[in-house]
Amino acid sequence: MAKGIVISPDKCTGCHTCELACSFTKNDLFNPKDSAISVLSYDEAGLQVPMTCLQCDDPHCMTVCTVNAITKDPKTGVVKVDKDKCIGCKMCISACPFGNMTYSSRLKQVIKCDLCSGTPQCVKECPSAALEFKELDGPLHKRKNIANLFNNVFGEVAK
Amino acid sequence: MKGWIGKLIRVNLTEKTIKVEDLNMEDAKLYLGGRGLGSKYLYDEIDPTIDPLSPENKLIFMTGPLTGTYATCAGRFNVVAKAPLTGTIGASNSGGYFGPELKFAGYDGIIFEGKADKPVYLHIYDDIIELKSAEHLWGKDVFETTDTLLLENEEDARVACIGPAGEKQVLFATVMNDKDRAAGRSGLGAVMGSKNLKAVVVRGTKGIGVSDKFDFMSATKDAKEKIYANAVTGKGGGLASYGTEVLVNILNEMHGLPTRNWQTSYFEGGELISGEYLAENYLIRNKACFACPIGCGRVIKIPDGKYKGIVAGPEYEAGWSYGACCGVDDLNAINKANHVCNLLGLDPITMGATIACAMELFEIGAISKEDLGDELRFGDGDSIIKWTEKTGNREGFGDLLALGSYRLAEKYGHPELSMSVKKQEMPAYDGRAIQGMALEYATSNRGGCHVRGYLTSPEVLGIPMKTDPLTTEGKAGLLKLFQDLTALVDSSDICLFSTFAIGLPEISSMLRASTGLELTDEEFLLVGERIWNLEKLFNLEAGFTKEDDTLPPRLLNEPLTTGPAKGKVAELEVMLEEYYEVRGWDKEGIPTDEKLNELSLSAKALA
Repeated sequence: MAKGIVISPDKCTGCHTCELACSFTKNDLFNPKDSAISVLSYDEAGLQVPMTCLQCDDPHCMTVCTVNAITKDPKTGVVKVDKDKCIGCKMCISACPFGNMTYSSRLKQVIKCDLCSGTPQCVKECPSAALEFKELDGPLHKRKNIANLFNNVFGEVAK
Repeated sequence: MKGWIGKLIRVNLTEKTIKVEDLNMEDAKLYLGGRGLGSKYLYDEIDPTIDPLSPENKLIFMTGPLTGTYATCAGRFNVVAKAPLTGTIGASNSGGYFGPELKFAGYDGIIFEGKADKPVYLHIYDDIIELKSAEHLWGKDVFETTDTLLLENEEDARVACIGPAGEKQVLFATVMNDKDRAAGRSGLGAVMGSKNLKAVVVRGTKGIGVSDKFDFMSATKDAKEKIYANAVTGKGGGLASYGTEVLVNILNEMHGLPTRNWQTSYFEGGELISGEYLAENYLIRNKACFACPIGCGRVIKIPDGKYKGIVAGPEYEAGWSYGACCGVDDLNAINKANHVCNLLGLDPITMGATIACAMELFEIGAISKEDLGDELRFGDGDSIIKWTEKTGNREGFGDLLALGSYRLAEKYGHPELSMSVKKQEMPAYDGRAIQGMALEYATSNRGGCHVRGYLTSPEVLGIPMKTDPLTTEGKAGLLKLFQDLTALVDSSDICLFSTFAIGLPEISSMLRASTGLELTDEEFLLVGERIWNLEKLFNLEAGFTKEDDTLPPRLLNEPLTTGPAKGKVAELEVMLEEYYEVRGWDKEGIPTDEKLNELSLSAKALA
């Protein structure tokens, strides 16, 4: 089942650890500008918002890619860029409606989250649990939470 | 070598020249970075006897080999110059995001020399470095300056700047960065103002590497696990839950919270200015500096009045200086006064303590209503806001408050009522109730200060082990250890708060993996001792003597009247003698040749 990064801006403290974890894992350098996740600040609201690729079901980046370098794994849901095929035209960056793809002139490649083969380091290192990696087919989970409440009230345990 | 970038920007403001030079790596190995390396450059390049506000002073921004990396709380940098408030060496560190950004741009530090003929700011975007006019920014507060500069340059750049207080050379003006973080103490913002330098804007897109990726990750993982597991720094711990203000109730309960200009050490309104009260009534959420797993910063709301909005909340020291020290139990007023400090660029410790001193001077009749144009009494919440505004803008009597409590009290014939050491106001721990802190204040190389050897940690919090705060025995040796370790921490440039959970072994491991320096833990501690002695040499050459390693008469002669320390004064003399001895200094507090040799130091001009 597809898992994704779920963001809770209300928990984010703005420490940018996710950016460091991402860039260091991918390129051995601490460089937030080459990270696939970015934290944006809204001082007046006192809010910090982490933003990263949503691994869309119908990814615009994939649709516009002229060399078919971008594919979506049907099993994991990860939208991946094949660096060998990529010609660096940056169409995908323009196409992403969320601005979640960027280009690094230093690395000469597009930067995009690939969920670190199933163990996203940003999530692992986030100190405030503002990032979570979980099943996206979630309605059942929410239903289960409510069902649990019923269980607490009406179940045998409660009696 | 990794960890450092190896480059330094040198800006001569008089000549309007900008040079990029190699970092002195020989010195970097001996002094690391931040406070240590910045102080070494300063010591080598200026005459310690100069006027701190003259063009001969230099203003140094310096990061450390851990800044901007994944190390614990590695978001810091230091500002170093001869300090105008004290006349000592001044090094003040700050968090936020500015320090790491400077390294991402490709530089370990910046040295500013001379004085610009008109207001300027420095803009750095990777390899592009330029001086630009700041005439349109002069007079603007820190927030407006920052917003304007981000609009004019890159919106995701980082800004360090001064407010009107720095421009007008208030002796305790701060260098502010990322709006509400401050290189707060000793008046380094006034040095920046004296150079007509309004701001530094930096954007960097380069990365920082480390020597050994595997070792570095394992060292930082170890350190972070200890931070998470610690009662002070961990998740749901004291700092995360209540910020530094968590200390108010703790210090008040032990009657160690200096109240009404240190006349007593217990504040009956303590509960109302505590971290708990702040969290319950004003806190929106926590905010962390770069790479910080603790997140002690407070995002709070000011619900009413002209400063209404969402801003940074006060630290413990500011909550105390405006609160207990001024006898004010109105946290809303304290929050506002603290925010005014951030807007105008003022050190809230010295500001609050100076107002408290003025309150006592007024109440004993030394300052009159005519002098002030108004009354100034302990407990008046409106007055702390009003006089902070007037001091930052140097209006009316605020022009005198701008000199700090010592010069104020001296002018009105009562220098003994200034609760300062080397003319810098002591912070929120009564040295009569915590003997170790008394020695810390007297020996700090930048005057009254708590973060040069934070003995509150063992004496009050029991970290790393509990000591008896009422006794003097062994405090000298303990203080030396804390001072040396703190100098190491400030020069690696990680946050001191991480040391509630980690110590020399963890810091040394991170440094080794980052830099590739093959030093033992003990040798890293020696770096700290070297830095401490270098700072001492600077102060001796600036004219300081044993006479200056003292405390206000109130601490030495007026016993506390309540609490466990009832009847106690600060027993400085006995501790100071022992301290000089464990430092390897002579009876006058001068490092012996033997000690200097051991540290590979040589004094420039000590007769």
